[in-house]
Amino acid sequence: MKQYRIDPSDGLEFGIYTLGDHLPDPTTGNRIAAQQRLKEIVEYAKLADQAGLDFFSVGESHQAYFATQAHTVVLSAIAQATENIKIASSSTIISTSDPVRVYEDFSTIDLLSGGRTEIVAGRASRVGLFDLLGYNVRDYEALFEEKFDLLRQINENEVVNWKGQFRQPLTDAEVIPRPKEGKLPIWRAVGGTPASAIKAGYQGVPMFMAHLGGPVSVFKRTIDAYRNAAKEVGHDPSELPVATAGFFYAAETSQQALRDMYPHINEGMKRTNGQGFPKQLFAQGVDSRHVMNIGSPQEIIEKILYQHEVFGHQRYIAQIDFGGVPFERLEKNIELIATEILPAVKKYTKKK
Amino acid sequence: MNIVAISGSIIGSKTRIAMTHTVDKIKQTYPEAEVTLLDLANYDLPFSDGRHYLDYTGDPSYVLQTIMHADAIIIGTPIFQASIPATLKNVFDLLPVNALRDKVVSIIVTAGSAKHYLIAEQQIKPILAYMKAHLVQSYVFIEEQDFLNKEIINDDVFFRIDRLIEDTIMLADTMRSIREEKEASYDF
Repeated sequence: MKQYRIDPSDGLEFGIYTLGDHLPDPTTGNRIAAQQRLKEIVEYAKLADQAGLDFFSVGESHQAYFATQAHTVVLSAIAQATENIKIASSSTIISTSDPVRVYEDFSTIDLLSGGRTEIVAGRASRVGLFDLLGYNVRDYEALFEEKFDLLRQINENEVVNWKGQFRQPLTDAEVIPRPKEGKLPIWRAVGGTPASAIKAGYQGVPMFMAHLGGPVSVFKRTIDAYRNAAKEVGHDPSELPVATAGFFYAAETSQQALRDMYPHINEGMKRTNGQGFPKQLFAQGVDSRHVMNIGSPQEIIEKILYQHEVFGHQRYIAQIDFGGVPFERLEKNIELIATEILPAVKKYTKKK
Repeated sequence: MNIVAISGSIIGSKTRIAMTHTVDKIKQTYPEAEVTLLDLANYDLPFSDGRHYLDYTGDPSYVLQTIMHADAIIIGTPIFQASIPATLKNVFDLLPVNALRDKVVSIIVTAGSAKHYLIAEQQIKPILAYMKAHLVQSYVFIEEQDFLNKEIINDDVFFRIDRLIEDTIMLADTMRSIREEKEASYDF
């Protein structure tokens, strides 16, 4: 775990992520300007840092209703604005970028942040960016596998000799600057299904698993599939961190949390995904066995501890801001995390 | 209510004739309903490559968005090689897995022979159920002998189409009001 800058004896890491969506607040119909959204994301990271959270990450999406296409630039601003919090992407679409440039960006941010930066690399759930950035969507999988592999080689080796299908070969290439501690933690982003988790396991890379909704037990299968695959090819699963990422919202009561959050998720999904979130499914989200962390602070503590017991994961990151949630509500959530949720989660997950 | 009628083949005339009649009949009897006929012969649809439906542009985007915005869908299909035409299957493949959630779907089949009667039962309904549609269980099955000179000549077909329209709209209204009541009870 050490090479991934994770110390399990400190307990479960707790973080925040944003996809960088830029959606209207459905309760007012208003959408803030992209400039304000970007500034609020930096401010959000600052609050998370001040509240003592472990991690903050920003996603890359190149489609309508998103504002952080240039996510490394946003992360750079966050690096400057924060002191202690780890920062990362969630995720970087490595398939449609040059891994050399991506590595240069992230190692630069790592130096600027004093060694706090990580990369989470993913394949994109939408494919509009292939046209936009000049790639063929038919190469969806091959592009990811090749570029992810190159990214990891650059991380492992100061001098890289490499040949592949999608870019010119590298001969004795030195990719600089190097990160503060020589290497960056590089994670593979995985949707909730086992197929992609198994690939991460075979590669022996840390897994960042996003989960929308469903019972904890279903996502346990994905984590098991990941660890089993890793073990099968000789990696030690106990050395491979797992992070989980999903919806989070704390309010006085679970009913209030549902009321506050549902319109944002439902309307936001309609715009970005073409279908709303069924109310019936969302109502199940408050159940203690459900993976969404929605409820009162006490209910959320119990949910996260249950998830930790089942998953044995090292990091949980919360998505609170999806769908135009007003900034003051994000502030309120960070306050509840800092004062009630985080201390309890740390207390019960610390290894003695 | 937003109703979409699909004519599922790019060749032949029987399905289009049946669906055109159905759409005209809906307009007559339910003037408040919004109804759109999607005749697949009029659109250039690529085979699904697995991308998200919002990532298409042009014809596929129009066809898919129209279907996704429907409250009720009446699917018209001929029978090709003892199954539905590839063009219609492709529309299903282009849509997301839960595309028909909270939608009512009914079926009109045109066929050269009565021997194809169970194809809707065995091949269309399982797809629609998988995609989470509320199904109108009875479908209208129209044979070659029911047509003459590009017109339907069997009065029983008209009666059956009338009942199918009524059942489709009634089920859509029913499901919507039950869903609205249930959702209100969640109180969020």
